[in-house]
Amino acid sequence: MKNIFKKTHYIQLTPNPKNTNEANVPTGSWIKCPNCHELIYKKALKDSDFVCGSCKKHFRMDAESRLDSILDEGTFLEMFTELKTVNVLNFKGYDEKIKALKTKTKLHEGIMTGTGKIEGREVAIGVMDSRFLMGSMGAVVGEKVTLLVEMATEALLPVIIYTASGGARMQEGIISLMQMAKTSAAIKRHSDAGLLYITVLTDPTTGGVTASFAMLGDIILAEPGSLIGFAGPRVIRDTIKQELPDGFQTAEFLMEHGFVDKIVHREDMRSTLSGLLKMHS
Amino acid sequence: MKAWDRVLKARKKDRPTSLEYLDVIFDSFIELHGDRLYSDDKAIVGGLAKLGDIKVTVIAQEKGKKLKDKMARHFGSPLPDGYRKALRLMKQAEKFNRPIICLIDTQGAFCGIEAEERGQGEAIARNLYEMSALKVPIISIIIGEGGSGGALALAVSDEVWMLENAIYSILSPEGFASILYKDGSKAPLIVDEMKITANDLLNLKVIEKIIDEPEEGIEVHFDQTAEVMKKALIEKIEELSLLDKTTLVNRRYDRYRQFTYE
Repeated sequence: MKNIFKKTHYIQLTPNPKNTNEANVPTGSWIKCPNCHELIYKKALKDSDFVCGSCKKHFRMDAESRLDSILDEGTFLEMFTELKTVNVLNFKGYDEKIKALKTKTKLHEGIMTGTGKIEGREVAIGVMDSRFLMGSMGAVVGEKVTLLVEMATEALLPVIIYTASGGARMQEGIISLMQMAKTSAAIKRHSDAGLLYITVLTDPTTGGVTASFAMLGDIILAEPGSLIGFAGPRVIRDTIKQELPDGFQTAEFLMEHGFVDKIVHREDMRSTLSGLLKMHS
Repeated sequence: MKAWDRVLKARKKDRPTSLEYLDVIFDSFIELHGDRLYSDDKAIVGGLAKLGDIKVTVIAQEKGKKLKDKMARHFGSPLPDGYRKALRLMKQAEKFNRPIICLIDTQGAFCGIEAEERGQGEAIARNLYEMSALKVPIISIIIGEGGSGGALALAVSDEVWMLENAIYSILSPEGFASILYKDGSKAPLIVDEMKITANDLLNLKVIEKIIDEPEEGIEVHFDQTAEVMKKALIEKIEELSLLDKTTLVNRRYDRYRQFTYE
């Protein structure tokens, strides 16, 4: 009697690809939402700004799609792409890794920087991309952020930075650490000039980026559900040898503890940013 | 000497910690407590003191000596509260035009639930941001371990010095080996390539000065080393105090601005 409800037969939801008729949907065009397990058509994902239509989970988003979704069409002018990633510590295999990533992602480095317009208002904007060595900050990322902020200070522009980063770039050692001081100092000057700086924290924002330019916004926005913290959850778990509480280091956790101004759904981000810019013009 | 031997020296049990330096280098130390926000973090000791005839603010990371003391100071890994106390005292120093001396000795900022709840990232970021523009001279000396952002949060300074066997790194060698080689125990093998010794960092222009340690060990002739530090500090503070405030702050900005490679 105990086993009366036990299922003995299982229905195969995903047919074995080997037996699939070629006329079926090509492999990989559907993905399963890791949160609600709903099947999502991959091509529709970009149109929905990489948000699950069913549970509203925000997936990670590439820098170019983000710029498309935020800026007025055709207004983005990319800057500072002439900088080269230098292997300062002669770290083995680093040059090759960077080269391969550039080809694979078509990105210049871990962040895209430039100017653009949001509902007609000009901004200096930087968007990090976690596909490029986890958006880690080496000398080029640090320099692009610094140049962007310095340019904005000179041109009296507001700065918006989208963060997505695992932290400092290990392969550049201490030089990565120095980028935290460099970027923070540039933001201080921008702030002293009375200019607006907004950060948008996205999944994941941790380590040296959290402990520098991410947390220095006059206004700090975050995308729902993003992982945001200083030490990564795995490191903390290994250190304290305890399970971490549910929802620890999420955007919602940070807002509850007073470190985020507002959690903004991706579909409302452009209008929110536009509203904030309008309040400061 | 191999980098790993220096790591062992920097972590050696009987290596002098900040409070011992405070005793020898400074006079009339008055400790000031608390961040005025939440607590008094014992991993950072701060207060007023005299360096020769110069009134200064001292901020020091303290690991502690005996086990109980070490635990109270959580082994020198500051909470956000510690960094906020440091910033409060640094702002106070600026108000009263006192130079700031920071002694650094930490494996890194405290890692745990409470540190995240109270915004460890924000606390460190705020220190970098504010220190970059403080209108008084700042000198930081790494006396043992300079671990990552936890050390940098007290080292946005006009000059950063290191003791000969101190280390300063992006992450502990164990953490670095664990991330890049998937095995923390490989630390002694890969530590050379991290470039964490005083010599390496002088070459990379991350620090300005190395303070020699006696061959017999710093703990043997400690007073001698501390006196050398005291003399060098007085000279440098006097020199920096001659600069007008704008020049001082601009030079500090440029000091960090130079970390660009192309």
